[in-house]
Parts: sequence; structure tokens; C-alpha cells
Amino acid sequence: MPQEYLHHLGAVLPALLRGAWIAVYVVVAAELIGVSFGLIIALLRLSKSRWMNIPALIYVDLIRGTPMLVQILFLYFGLPSLISAISGRPWSIDPILAGILALGFNSAAYVSEVFRTAIGSLDKGQTEAARALGLNRLQTFRFVVLPQAFRWAIPPLGNEFITLLKDTSLLSVIGVAEILKEGQLYAARTYAIFPTYIGIAIVYIVLTLTIANVLRYVERKLKVPT
Amino acid sequence: MIEVTSLHKSFGQLHVLRGVDLKVEANQTVCLLGSSGSGKSTLLRCLNLLELPTSGRIIIAGQNVTDRNTSMTDVCRSVGMVFQQFNLFPHLSVLKNITLAPLKTGLQKPAEANELAMQLLKQVGLEDKAPAYPSQLSGGQKQRVAIARALAMRPKVMLFDEPTSALDPEMVGEVLAVMKSLAHQMTIMAVTHEMSFAKDAADRILFMDQGVIVEDAPPAEFFANPKTDRAKQFLNTIH
Repeated sequence: MPQEYLHHLGAVLPALLRGAWIAVYVVVAAELIGVSFGLIIALLRLSKSRWMNIPALIYVDLIRGTPMLVQILFLYFGLPSLISAISGRPWSIDPILAGILALGFNSAAYVSEVFRTAIGSLDKGQTEAARALGLNRLQTFRFVVLPQAFRWAIPPLGNEFITLLKDTSLLSVIGVAEILKEGQLYAARTYAIFPTYIGIAIVYIVLTLTIANVLRYVERKLKVPT
Repeated sequence: MIEVTSLHKSFGQLHVLRGVDLKVEANQTVCLLGSSGSGKSTLLRCLNLLELPTSGRIIIAGQNVTDRNTSMTDVCRSVGMVFQQFNLFPHLSVLKNITLAPLKTGLQKPAEANELAMQLLKQVGLEDKAPAYPSQLSGGQKQRVAIARALAMRPKVMLFDEPTSALDPEMVGEVLAVMKSLAHQMTIMAVTHEMSFAKDAADRILFMDQGVIVEDAPPAEFFANPKTDRAKQFLNTIH
């Protein structure tokens, strides 16, 4: 029995690693959207103008208030059916692209809260000193606010990256051949259910530990000596 | 160098400055005294537009500060400020704290900025601290770096907003010594509670009460014969 499990663990691994590549690809692309769009949302939320901060607040509430699985299905099934109905022509979206967009714009809502808190927690004296030195608003943000906010944001961003990596498993429902999907296909073919799910779990653990350690390294590198 | 005409500043219902008129010649050192809430800091912060005046006119070094077309960035290139809480940038080394603004505003080239920074650090007695980070410095050292940082923009006017109020008593002296060394080299306006600085370094004392300047006299005269009751009261409480 154990030998048979080990055999299946070895046999499923190549498929799981293929899935891991897809998962990493999706997460990296989604986080590029998540971090950049999240920063924009955070700045809109911090704006004094209602025209800016209320739409941003609605966005965050909408995204946080609905399950990610629903958002994925909406983007992959709901939106194409609407567009097809309006345009009168069949329209579809690539599942990986749908996955990147769904995860990215979902993550942006959470990342925006991280940045909003980080920027908000910065002492007002920092921006005053920068402005008093003759830096304009953009330079103040770029060279004084952002570097400090980013350092503050690394641990919560790490949480977000790890959560997002695990959430790529949700993309199995729209047929993306990520880790879970690849494993399920193998299990269905061989009936080696237990070793397959063990293998799936191991691959996720390895990936999340890697992310955690990379972020710990970045945090150490950026740490200001005391 | 500084010309202020009927300056008013309100925060909502709170009328902090109620018509300040003031003229400061180049290279004069002026001390602003007064009890808390009298508007000293607000006046100082209006001069470099950290607070937007409600009404009135400010002209610094020939530049109309209160003109709508004058940006804070323009004003702050000729006006340096030192804060009570130092406000050094904690993520940058001492050297980079000093060179950031001259480099990013395009005022100086890297070699020039570094050289000036080292020269200023020497002037404030901290040349060995160039690679250190703010968290590694004492309060007095931080404030001396903050002064060097402001000087690196080669301002015509320096504003000191209670520069020694957040310091431990034994560190006040080193900061005051640096400030005294600047007197008569440039135009200085200082809000301070250090009467020794006011007596030794200032050319003029401005005493503020309830948002206006009520006395304007050389230190010897102000400390010997204050004219108003408010000033007499104030001097009694600090001695």
C-alpha cells in the first residue's frame, strides 16, 4: 500500500508541476494588476474629493462583499453571455485571462486597504518636511511617502499574495489547468485519490513557503538599521 | 526680506491670526515669543504655505507668496524650515536626507550635493554620521541634521518652529549653538521658548498675543521693560 502511494505521488508530480507553473503565472500577472490598481484605489480613497473616494469605496465594498468564486464565474460565464446577447455574436474569454482579471481586480480591493492604512499611518510631519524642502506633491509621494508605506505594507501584502496563490485553485471550475485541476484529472484517471490530494497539498505548501520566505528576505533587505 | 501685511488665518470658527503686519530685513534674526495659542507657529507656517492664509499679503525675497500663481514648491525653495519633531526621513541615511531635495528638485548635481552635504554636516559637527540612519541618532543630533538638511537648499530665510521643545534639556545647547552660528548669515525667524537664544542671538523680539504682534523691540529693551501687561505676565511665568 505505501509503495503504491509513493508510486502515484511520483507519477502525478509532473502534472502538478505543470499546474504550478500556470498558478504562478496567474498569480504574478494578477498581482501586477492587484498592486498597481490597488495603489490607485488607495489614493482615491485618501482623496478629499467625494467624486474620487466614494466610487473607490463602492468598488472595495462590492469586491469584498461577494465571493471570489462568484466573481470568477461572472467574468467567465456571465459577462460573455451578456456581451454575446448585446452584440448578437458569440463572444468568449480565455479562461486563464478571465482568471487573471478576476484574481487581479479582487486582490486590488484588499491591497488598496493595505496601502490606505500604510499611507494613513505615516506621520503628517513627513509630508510637511518634504514639501517645506521644496519637493512637489508627486516627488513627496514618490520619495518620502511610498518607500515608507511600502515597507510597512510588506507583511500584509505577503498575506495577500499567499491567499491569492491558494485562490488559483478556484480557477479549476472554469477549466484552467492549474494544480488542483491537474491533480483531479490524474485522480479520475487512476483512482489514486489519497496520494494525489497529498501531492496537491505538498505543491501548495512548497509554493506558499517560497513566497513567505522571499518576502521575509525583502523585508530584511529593506529594514532600516536601528 | 520678509513683508507681511494684514495677515489673517482662521481654522473654521477659530480665528488664529487677526491681522499681522511685519517687516524683516535681510540677515536679521527675529524671535517670536508668546504663550501657546497666540499664533506664533501659525504665522511661521503661513510664511512657507504649510498653512494657507485666509487673507493678507506675504512677500518673501521679492516673491509674492500669497499670489495664487505662486506654488508652495517655489516658495519653499527659498525658505527653509526646522520642525519641533525633526521630521527626518527614517528610511534614508543622514547623507540622503540632506541631498534628497537638492537632487530631486534639480538644484544640484550629485557630486555637488554630496560635497555640500558633507560641508554642512561638518558645520553642525556631525560629519561622521553621514552613513547613519535617523533612528541611530540622539534628539539633538537629529535636529542638527534637520538644520543641515534645510540649509542644503541654500534658502534665503530659515524658519525654526520650536526647534528645541522636543529635546532633552542636555541636548538643547548643541542645537542652539548651531542656530546662533547662523544668526546674521541669513534671515531667521524662530519660535522658541529658549530665552537665552532670544537674548543672545536675536536682533528683535516679536511678542504675540491673540493673533497679533503686540510688541516689537530689541531683546535688551523687551526683557528689561516690556510695555504691555501680557508681555510682563508672560516674562514672569517663564522666569
